[in-house]
Amino acid sequence: MGVDLIFRIAAIGILVAVLNQLLIRSGREEQAMMTTLAGLIVVLMIVVKEIAVLFDTVKTIFKLD
Amino acid sequence: MQIIQIIGIGFVATVLIIILKKQRPEIAVQASIVTGVVIFMLLASKLVAVVDVLGSYVQKAEIKPVYFATVLKITGIAYIAEFGAEICNDAGESAIASKIELAGKVIITVLAVPIITSMLDLIMEIMP
Repeated sequence: MGVDLIFRIAAIGILVAVLNQLLIRSGREEQAMMTTLAGLIVVLMIVVKEIAVLFDTVKTIFKLD
Repeated sequence: MQIIQIIGIGFVATVLIIILKKQRPEIAVQASIVTGVVIFMLLASKLVAVVDVLGSYVQKAEIKPVYFATVLKITGIAYIAEFGAEICNDAGESAIASKIELAGKVIITVLAVPIITSMLDLIMEIMP
């Protein structure tokens, strides 16, 4: 919970981008698409967890429910 | 000094998102969402303190707690609706953003109705 989260997501994004270019250059477009999807799912898992934490915090602070 | 930390996080995140924007725009949007969450988490403890102080004043002034609770709810809904709308605007989906804002306004209006009715009743009593 903190800045390292942003760095982790950025690192995954850059890694996926580089891998994607690498695979496309070497002619394996399908695997490039696979790695893109895999990277997206990993980042999505992290983001969904963080958003859940945010919504719970907002609910407790503003006594929304 | 926390404001400097938050500005630092904002700058670093912006630079990282710019790097990601060209190749992987979907991950860039998620990075901006997480940045928003991280910055809000840093402020959460201060916000709780402010809400507690306000709550204690409301009790001291014997104001009906319903009013303060409603105001707090409206503030929360306004904040979270604005958070979602801005993220959608950043991603370029201004149509969805305006829908989210509309939903926020409607929900806030629904919450404000009891207060308005009680105020009108009060005015009716005062009127000769």
